[in-house]
Amino acid sequence: MLELRNVSKRFGGVVATDEVTLEVKRGEVHALIGPNGAGKTTLIGQISGSLGSDAGAILFEGRDITHAAQHARVRSGLARSYQVTSMFKRFTVLDNLALAVQARSGSSFSFWRPVSAEAPLFDDARTIAGEIGLAGREAVVVAALAHGEQRALEVGLALATRPRLVLLDEPMAGMGPEESENMIALLERIRARITVLLVEHDMDAVFRLADRVSVLVSGRVIASGAPAAIRAHPEVRKAYLGEDTDV
Amino acid sequence: MRRAAPWVAVVLALAFPLAMQAEHQTYYLSFASRIFIYALAATSLNLILGYGGMISFGHAAFVGTGAYVSSILLSEGVASAWIGWPAAVAASSLAALAIGAVSLRTRGVYFIMITLAFAQMVFFLVNSMKAYGGDEGLSLGERASVGLGVDLGSDLAFYYAALAALAAGLYGLHRLVHSRFGRVIQAVRENEERAEAIGFPVYRHKLACFVIAGAAGGLAGALLASHGKYVNPNVLHWTQSGTLMMMVILGGAGRLWGGVIGAAALLGLEDLIANHRVDWLAAILPNYQQHASLGVGAVLLAIVLFAPQGIAGMLARKNACSS
Amino acid sequence: MSWILIVEQSLNGLQFGLMLFLLAAGLTLVFGIMDMINLAHGSLYMLGAFLAATLVQATGSFAAGVLLAIPATALLGMLLEMSVLRPLYARDHLSQVLATFALILILNEAVRIIWGPDMPLSVPAELSGPVQLFPGMVYPAYRLLIIGVGAAVAGALYLLVARTRIGMLVRAGASNREMALAMGVDIRRLFTLLFGVGAGLCAVAGALLGPLFAVQVGMGENILILAFVVIVIGGIGSIRGALVGSLLVGIVDTIGRAFLPILFGIFFQPRVASAAGPAIASVLVYLLMVVILYIKPQGLFPARG
Repeated sequence: MLELRNVSKRFGGVVATDEVTLEVKRGEVHALIGPNGAGKTTLIGQISGSLGSDAGAILFEGRDITHAAQHARVRSGLARSYQVTSMFKRFTVLDNLALAVQARSGSSFSFWRPVSAEAPLFDDARTIAGEIGLAGREAVVVAALAHGEQRALEVGLALATRPRLVLLDEPMAGMGPEESENMIALLERIRARITVLLVEHDMDAVFRLADRVSVLVSGRVIASGAPAAIRAHPEVRKAYLGEDTDV
Repeated sequence: MRRAAPWVAVVLALAFPLAMQAEHQTYYLSFASRIFIYALAATSLNLILGYGGMISFGHAAFVGTGAYVSSILLSEGVASAWIGWPAAVAASSLAALAIGAVSLRTRGVYFIMITLAFAQMVFFLVNSMKAYGGDEGLSLGERASVGLGVDLGSDLAFYYAALAALAAGLYGLHRLVHSRFGRVIQAVRENEERAEAIGFPVYRHKLACFVIAGAAGGLAGALLASHGKYVNPNVLHWTQSGTLMMMVILGGAGRLWGGVIGAAALLGLEDLIANHRVDWLAAILPNYQQHASLGVGAVLLAIVLFAPQGIAGMLARKNACSS
Repeated sequence: MSWILIVEQSLNGLQFGLMLFLLAAGLTLVFGIMDMINLAHGSLYMLGAFLAATLVQATGSFAAGVLLAIPATALLGMLLEMSVLRPLYARDHLSQVLATFALILILNEAVRIIWGPDMPLSVPAELSGPVQLFPGMVYPAYRLLIIGVGAAVAGALYLLVARTRIGMLVRAGASNREMALAMGVDIRRLFTLLFGVGAGLCAVAGALLGPLFAVQVGMGENILILAFVVIVIGGIGSIRGALVGSLLVGIVDTIGRAFLPILFGIFFQPRVASAAGPAIASVLVYLLMVVILYIKPQGLFPARG
């Protein structure tokens, strides 16, 4: 469904992603792991379109999207969430979700009719709020949410665009055990209908959820395959886990 | 109480001329008209600056384009406002489209500088148009005419015309802000990257916003030219852009009445200083009234440092606290 | 169109460019390190000119007046920085633009109240004559002085920034402020000092250009815009960019104004040429900026990596 061929990006003299070749199959949860600074967020940016690529090709459902604008990629079913929470902080939970719903349902070049008259928009948003575990918190301004709730909304905002493939950048960043469990449960719920490319440091979650795992080190993919195989892979253990660590 | 306030303002504005005594009427009607016109201009800037978060330092270009296009048409014998003012709006919209298309590809200080640069270009180009007065400006014999048995030459009639334009502009802004488009623009101001990431073509929305603001600014310019029966390149000077920004911040950026309150406050303050002598101040500095800009600058500085949400913001806070 | 005219105008462009550099250098460092848009920079240039005019009258000597005006302006600049500008570093760009715009209004009026709308400042008698550069080419001595002073200051600034510890701290701050702070640099004190230096440079430019352009209220605004165009072209935070940008703007503006009308006169009818020529010449630098930003959106030598 998503194919990366020799995708690269440099920032000045620094190579962030180096000839990355990767494939995400329809319906799977594909985890992308790697040490800090490996280039995972950069790669997510290149796939979603917020960063341009210096070389290589990105294909989504067979179509070349390498040079497509970010909003066009979202419209065609590819969404992302952010590692560092990036939402509309002064808007309420409901308004945040309603915006994403608005983006995919009709033109936003309407200047006269009040949005408040569009009940379906907000009903949809309320449904999504329920799906991500924020039922009852819709009227809360985002800045007032707890960290775990913000991360849930962060993912929810991406899901609200009804993507076919979602790129999740460390959704569990900074979460405690209970919150992480909630997030894992959410991902289990959505995997039936949405393909997921998951960047995560939480190894527990990765090995519970992933169908396949790819490992990114210093911008290059050093291994890709079933979770068990990756766990045992000598290079992965060396680069990521350290020689003497028993996983 | 808050919901009634706009209606009270409208009724007051409609009744104001009737309450004026005959001998003062001309001066105050003219002054009020000027406030309405600047309020419209400031409101148009409020759309892109306050609601859209785009720091444009070249808005005078659109007001000025509107002023000059309508003036040139008047001076060439086209007396009807039905032709002149739409032409002004069309011209300033086109200017906004052209300038916006290039400028909106940039961010931050580069955007500020490019909008400033384009406004300067328009200023210098107009300044060199000897055929239409050059740097001395262009005097118009008459105001534009609307027919329908109404003579805009009368200050009373022009007062109502300016008021109508402002009311239309404010209502339009109100509908816009609550529409789908308004939502997107405010979301873009809040977090542009995420707005793009949930599927909005941000550039197109910003450009549309820029053009709408340019159009409204152009109308204000056309009214300005007719009001004073005079136009000169200063209306395009970057300090005029600064003045409009001052009004928006003073009144309250991102608030519906921000432009109106700001224009009224700034012009009122200037008038107050110039025409109403304060004796103890005169004792310190004899001709302080000629240095009104210092007071205005001090007020602006104070607002920016201590009350950045502007007057409307402070009023809203007060209402929220007391409820 | 003689080559003498070309040389003369090129020297004028060089002279103007070097003076622009004095303003742009201070401005680009303020912006580069503290991420602060300071529109009042032009007002420091104006203050420098007025102070110089006053001191020249008081001391009877052009040199003494100008030299004394430099620390005086630097001091005023530092006072301004410590009182009004410091709270603005943490604020957003819009607040900075508006606050410093307010400062322009305040300072313009304050100068008008204290000194009046203008002050006389003339080229000193010893330098009012022409100097022969080579047979057939004479050039005003005063303008040569400006070029000399400008080049000397530019050289000194380069040495300061590139070769000294303070300069290294400044460059570190310009390219990565958080890093410099983390390394324990007392950025606030360094910055006030830097601001004072910037103000002093403005004073040099204001005092030297005063006799040529007239010392009057509002003289800072026009040159301020050009200074901003310079730092945007050159790359924010870069001294080298400021120098290249200043020379580019100075030369393009001067030569453009001198020769574009003539050029237009060759190709177009006199009526068109006399209107379009000067019009296009005055917007030439803005067009230059737009073109450069299109090719290199961060300017020619962006300091930030």
